[in-house]
Amino acid sequence: MSKTSLERGLNILREQIDSPTAAFFSSCVHCGLCAQACLFYTETCNPAYIPIRKLEPMRRLWEQEYTLTGKLKKLLGLSRPITHEELEQWQELVYNSCSLCGRCSLVCPAGLDLTYMIRKFREGMAASGHAPEGLIGATTRAVELGSPMGVTLKALEAQAKHVKADSGLDIPFDVEGAEYLVLLSSMEIINYPEYLQAVARIFHQAKKTWTISSEAFEATNSGIQIGVSDIAAELVQRVVDAAEKLRVKTVISPECGHAYTAIRWEGPNLIGRPFGFRVRHILEVLDELREQGLLQVEGVEDARMTFHDPCQLVRRGGVIEAPRNLIRMVARNFVEMKDHGKMNWCCGAGGGVSANEDAAEIRLKAFKRKKKQLERLQVDGLVTACANCRIQIEEGLEENDMDMPVIGLTEMLASHLKDEEAREGGAT
Amino acid sequence: MNSAEFLLWVRGSGLQIALWIFLFGMLIRLLEIFLLGRKKNLAELRASGTAAGLRTMISRSLPPGGNIIHRPRFTFVAGYAFHIGLFVVIFFLTPHIQVIESLTGLAWPALPTPVVDIFTVISLVAMLALLWHRLASRLLNFLSNGGDYLAWTLTFMPLLTGYMAYHHLWFPYTGLLAAHILSVELLLILFPFTKLTHTFTIFIARWYNGMMAGEKGVQS
Repeated sequence: MSKTSLERGLNILREQIDSPTAAFFSSCVHCGLCAQACLFYTETCNPAYIPIRKLEPMRRLWEQEYTLTGKLKKLLGLSRPITHEELEQWQELVYNSCSLCGRCSLVCPAGLDLTYMIRKFREGMAASGHAPEGLIGATTRAVELGSPMGVTLKALEAQAKHVKADSGLDIPFDVEGAEYLVLLSSMEIINYPEYLQAVARIFHQAKKTWTISSEAFEATNSGIQIGVSDIAAELVQRVVDAAEKLRVKTVISPECGHAYTAIRWEGPNLIGRPFGFRVRHILEVLDELREQGLLQVEGVEDARMTFHDPCQLVRRGGVIEAPRNLIRMVARNFVEMKDHGKMNWCCGAGGGVSANEDAAEIRLKAFKRKKKQLERLQVDGLVTACANCRIQIEEGLEENDMDMPVIGLTEMLASHLKDEEAREGGAT
Repeated sequence: MNSAEFLLWVRGSGLQIALWIFLFGMLIRLLEIFLLGRKKNLAELRASGTAAGLRTMISRSLPPGGNIIHRPRFTFVAGYAFHIGLFVVIFFLTPHIQVIESLTGLAWPALPTPVVDIFTVISLVAMLALLWHRLASRLLNFLSNGGDYLAWTLTFMPLLTGYMAYHHLWFPYTGLLAAHILSVELLLILFPFTKLTHTFTIFIARWYNGMMAGEKGVQS
């Protein structure tokens, strides 16, 4: 690690320090309550994972350079400069053991938005060369191939063919003037292609026009997870260009939490201008269709089901009621976990944790929190709306010898769609 | 300088100096925060965030709702006891109101001194308990640094000396009163440069937290 890369990292980090950051650092009294909100702490009891402590080097930089006392201390040689060794040590704390879930930010009595700062700290970490290998790989693939998992257009087209064969429905590519531009996550294309078919069937029933862009179909944004705003902006720009070229009204973020945050909340700020189109999560769109009476379902599930809230949808995204409205349409025995909605517990794999091999062990430890929640609830099945949460939960359940089906909400709704011909026949 | 002369000085010039340092120091601290600025949010907002921000400024002082994490009961009870006790002692003891009135012209009814005395004891006991907890808890011990203990000491001393002066404990009253006022001055002087700033900055922090979440449609 060179001195230049450290300086570059610190410069980037300096640019991140703003009024909220200064107010946050000025207010912490080390009460330790954030620890109780963090599943990486509660499931390990390792004090290194106390959320505020994960920010210590950044806090020192702020103190040393943006406060009078800190500057004085620095002048008198009383403060410790930030070193490569220290940042290297912090890699584990900033990336492996933080999923940017935002729960600490919601419970801090002093009001610190710790997640907001971890997101910023990662910018400095990445620029100084301290991002984990796994995330570097994912980001490189996202830039070069358009997908963090290396999923190509060909793979997507192959899935589209399967959908056609299964349902008889065409997956529309590059349709100008469509109402919706549907984005996907690589995880969905590879592991949960049912999502694509579900979307096709729902829009077919609702008689809505939609399209996928062959130039920008990936919704996830590794640039945000690793903390490189330039790359994050480039990835957002691809979607913006596609949406503008195809003149769509709404861009739909798929069943993925971070993809939603990336395009919905960070997107315009990354490219430096507001969008000329709406961005909605698929659940928000489905809830709109429900309100308009365009989502016609039949049959109700009797199984005892619960919903796992993806953090970026609820706490960091504000999509709280939509999934509940939708589940109640098709599930009679829907029950909530004790901490749900904006207070949900993370699955343990968000914020780039799943793409980071170094975090493989801790992410399964963190899953124990979800395990406890599910054991207490005694449900027959779990519904969620994020492919990344879903794969983590499936893996966690398997690891813990728990047998429980996990399903995406869009897919569940699609499986209850009223039969098209029967409906039309009934109407005449 | 005998103790009477010293008392006169701490009551007069001493207090003036301390107050000016406190005010000027806090002004600097607030400027340090606000001058950094903040980028405008360009995303399509769900709400303005103002109402949510204001609500968070207050709600984080209130006990958490039933659905919120199980806060460690100790931190919760001792934290409230200490802060409420301190607030009552500072703002509802007759001599304190008189000092505030002489400085600002503002006055309000005091609580009976024995009542304030009870709150002093509550605060002192809660502070000792919190200190013990900080030292004994693995989590807090790991997290704590000199700044935490400095802030504790600066707050504890005025409470202790005030309590001793009121009860004429062990030392002559004049000396104790001078020591009490001096400890307050020390608190005021160091206030802007220690963690004690949280008294004011938490409201700014909560505002940003609540406002940014509110723009996304979340009441934080």
